[in-house]
Amino acid sequence: MRYQKRVSEMTKTQKRLWTGLVIMALLAPLGILLPALFHSGDAWGEWGTGTLEKLLGFVPEGLKKYADMWKAPAPDYNLGGEDASMTVQLISYIASGILGIAIITLVIYFISRFVVKNGK
Amino acid sequence: MHIPDGYLSPQTYVPLLGASFIFWSVGLKKLKKKLSTRQVPYLAMAAVFSFLIMMFNIPIPGGTSGHAVGAGIIAVLLGPWTAVIAVSVVLIIQALIFGDGGITAIGANCFNIAVAMSFVSYWVFRIIKGKSDSPSRLSAAAFLSGYIGLTVSAILVAVQLGIQPLIAQAPDGRPLYAPYPLSVALPVMALEHLLLFGIVEGVVTVLLFKYFLKNEPELIYAVSEKGV
Repeated sequence: MRYQKRVSEMTKTQKRLWTGLVIMALLAPLGILLPALFHSGDAWGEWGTGTLEKLLGFVPEGLKKYADMWKAPAPDYNLGGEDASMTVQLISYIASGILGIAIITLVIYFISRFVVKNGK
Repeated sequence: MHIPDGYLSPQTYVPLLGASFIFWSVGLKKLKKKLSTRQVPYLAMAAVFSFLIMMFNIPIPGGTSGHAVGAGIIAVLLGPWTAVIAVSVVLIIQALIFGDGGITAIGANCFNIAVAMSFVSYWVFRIIKGKSDSPSRLSAAAFLSGYIGLTVSAILVAVQLGIQPLIAQAPDGRPLYAPYPLSVALPVMALEHLLLFGIVEGVVTVLLFKYFLKNEPELIYAVSEKGV
């Protein structure tokens, strides 16, 4: 109920902006299609240990120790694992975008509950 | 620009976590003073925008890739302290859920991308705008705020990565963490952001700035100074 009230209170601009953001999430797969099309790799300085091995001929010891210390639930915005097909990756990317929108919105509203003074 | 785990020595990431922590504490205090219920949706949308725009990887054909961040336009629209909090939330979620940026590097990434970029962009905008309200001056200020903000952020990343071989070496002299020296890291990161990603950030910043100036001018912090 509270959610519905909030939605109905949205201004026209806010509705338009949220629509824009959802469209961005749907277009996000361009962010993996275009690099694949132009054969470009990872961002500079964000290589995995496999790529580093190829670039340098070795993986720095300290880096190797910490590289995989955290197992993210959706690594690289990909829900299908390392060998996922392009189709699965593209769908995962959209799903990750929507998941991200949901989590970020929740976290911001959660923080705001503690930060915003009543009656403002 | 999202530094992964293992690239920074503890001597680098611990102080940067401390620096970010200071900015988070002050930022939250500032929000507590000024944030009103009416502005919360904009804070959420700003963070979501930054998250989504970072998904659009832009290729350098045959080379690396990069992306815009959105911290510049957020700082201009909502103020630099709000931008610090919005973009930090995004970076922490990217690290925890999507493995984009390391857990140990959260402080460094927030310092470079959320803190440094927000303040540099904001002040570039304010300085170039000056007292002028002419549309072309405002557009130039908006473009350069994104362009310079992202480039400075990239240079900070390059410096932090580039000093690692000096800080920590294995007994055989090989680097322990990020392997490339400053002489490689700095030119690569500076050039790719000056020539491509920074321009994209600048264009995104100016387009959104014009949209808000037309539709919600009272929302723009850097123009009205009455925002969050």
